[in-house]
Amino acid sequence: MSTDVTIAAVAAARRPAVPRWVTLVVIWALLIAAPYWLPLLGGYTALAGRVLVFGLAAMGLNLLLGFTGVLSFGHAAYFGLGAYGAGLTLRYLVHSTPLAMLAGTLLGGLAGTLFGLLIVRRRGVYFAMCTIAFGQLWYYLAYSWNDFTGGFDGLRDFHREPIGFGPLTLDISEGGTRFYFFLLAIFAVAVTLLGLLVRSPFGHTLRAIRENERRARFLAIPVERQIWLSFSISCFFTALAGTLYALLNNFADPLALHYSLSGYFVVMCVMGGMRTFWGPLLGATVFVMLQDYISSMTVNWMSFVGTIFVLVVLFFPRGLLGLRRQRGET
Amino acid sequence: MLEVRNVTKRFGNLVAVNDVSMSVKPGELRAIIGPNGAGKTTFFNMISGYFPPTKGSIVFDGKDVTQLPAHQRVGLGMGRTFQITEIFPELTVRENLLTAAEVAAGQTLQMVPSRAAAKLANDVAAEMMALVGLTAKAERLVGELAHGDQRTTEIGMALAQLPRLLLLDEPTAGMGDQETYEITALIRRLHRESKYTIVLIEHDMRVVFHLADHITVLDQGKLLIEGTPKEIAASEAVQAAYLGGAG
Repeated sequence: MSTDVTIAAVAAARRPAVPRWVTLVVIWALLIAAPYWLPLLGGYTALAGRVLVFGLAAMGLNLLLGFTGVLSFGHAAYFGLGAYGAGLTLRYLVHSTPLAMLAGTLLGGLAGTLFGLLIVRRRGVYFAMCTIAFGQLWYYLAYSWNDFTGGFDGLRDFHREPIGFGPLTLDISEGGTRFYFFLLAIFAVAVTLLGLLVRSPFGHTLRAIRENERRARFLAIPVERQIWLSFSISCFFTALAGTLYALLNNFADPLALHYSLSGYFVVMCVMGGMRTFWGPLLGATVFVMLQDYISSMTVNWMSFVGTIFVLVVLFFPRGLLGLRRQRGET
Repeated sequence: MLEVRNVTKRFGNLVAVNDVSMSVKPGELRAIIGPNGAGKTTFFNMISGYFPPTKGSIVFDGKDVTQLPAHQRVGLGMGRTFQITEIFPELTVRENLLTAAEVAAGQTLQMVPSRAAAKLANDVAAEMMALVGLTAKAERLVGELAHGDQRTTEIGMALAQLPRLLLLDEPTAGMGDQETYEITALIRRLHRESKYTIVLIEHDMRVVFHLADHITVLDQGKLLIEGTPKEIAASEAVQAAYLGGAG
């Protein structure tokens, strides 16, 4: 595709057909009302929870992928470290949901921060290969360390604990709507932070690096430091999503660390539209729904999801949200 | 303002620039010309900090910057544009300039939008858009603009970093007559009205003789002659170099 066509598509996308506040109201209304409308479509509340968890992980990845232009194929590592960090804390250390979330987020985020230091000078496919390799390391660790992590069967025997606020207690140990709103509250805070970040001068420097690294360097943007920070912050958000995943299932399994999940995160971003802020959430929604519906019919669900992914990439190269805006323009 | 003292640049056995000196005063517009292969671009790249000279020194505003990398020279007040257009294509004109202004204001680590920061950067970006005449196209993506407007955006980005010395690498490269005329008028305005000190490389002699206060002519890596446009136009050595270079 010629750059002129691409630029025309981006130009169209940048002039949205509906004002931004309308988009925001619609998104939040749909999310808040999900426990009520989703069952009508044959879904269930835990499915909406999965959408939030994977949506947050993909949006965290997208800070790096869509807003900095750097591809990580290893974000499952930080998601999984978040999940195991939370699970292990609840099982071995302390029966506290907030502390488990904190521990998991720190574990995944700090691992990403340190690892990022090592790979920040790599670019393109070399960067991506490094992220895969590092991710698989944690997968095999969780897989092999039977006594501590439960090995292939996953980490069990922990569950989310009620959260006390002084005299008040938020009991989220039941699944259902109350836990969904707990997830949604965490999601809202995290996504708000991400939104502020991409609109900040720091966020602008990331976009500049994505657009033209050489020019960014000559504007005196410290490119390596900014990519490292972007990677690190992105890992913290994905790790937070990982802790929520452990809480959602009361379970952490090695597949949460596996590189195939890293690939799914990338698919969610690309399918939804990685140049848009909300695209990865839409991508995660489509992905989770398809996985749920099709896997109830066949074990080969991934070949269907794969086919749909290829179609999306062929016909809407800028993702589903990119399409919506292009249509709005004409 | 800019003192280049006896710089030499070797690439292996090739001496690209050989013992060239140049002194640029504040408010001056200096053009560097020469036939193909004269070492103009190499000379220019040493000034902007793309690579350091093999020998010699470069002093900017009384400070020795010889070994300083490009991005640190930007911080000292050197802005540059490129021979090949270097812009952020999928961002608007305003965003291109805004990013440059924010970086220059030292906000690369500011992770939350703030009113004060936004105002500073917005005012600078708006001022520079007005200065280069792109206000009407502020919300257009730079990638969809005509070549001339992209080059103008680049100059605007350099200006948004509030430089005291502007380095322009072939500002009219690849342009048609109309665009060349417009960008020449812009550079003239920046020089005459906004009092910028400018050093540029240029192929188009009409542009050079129209704009420059002083011209430095390089030939085969050496300084051939330095003088006002009148002196250069009358110089037999220059004519010989260009005719010889063409043959």
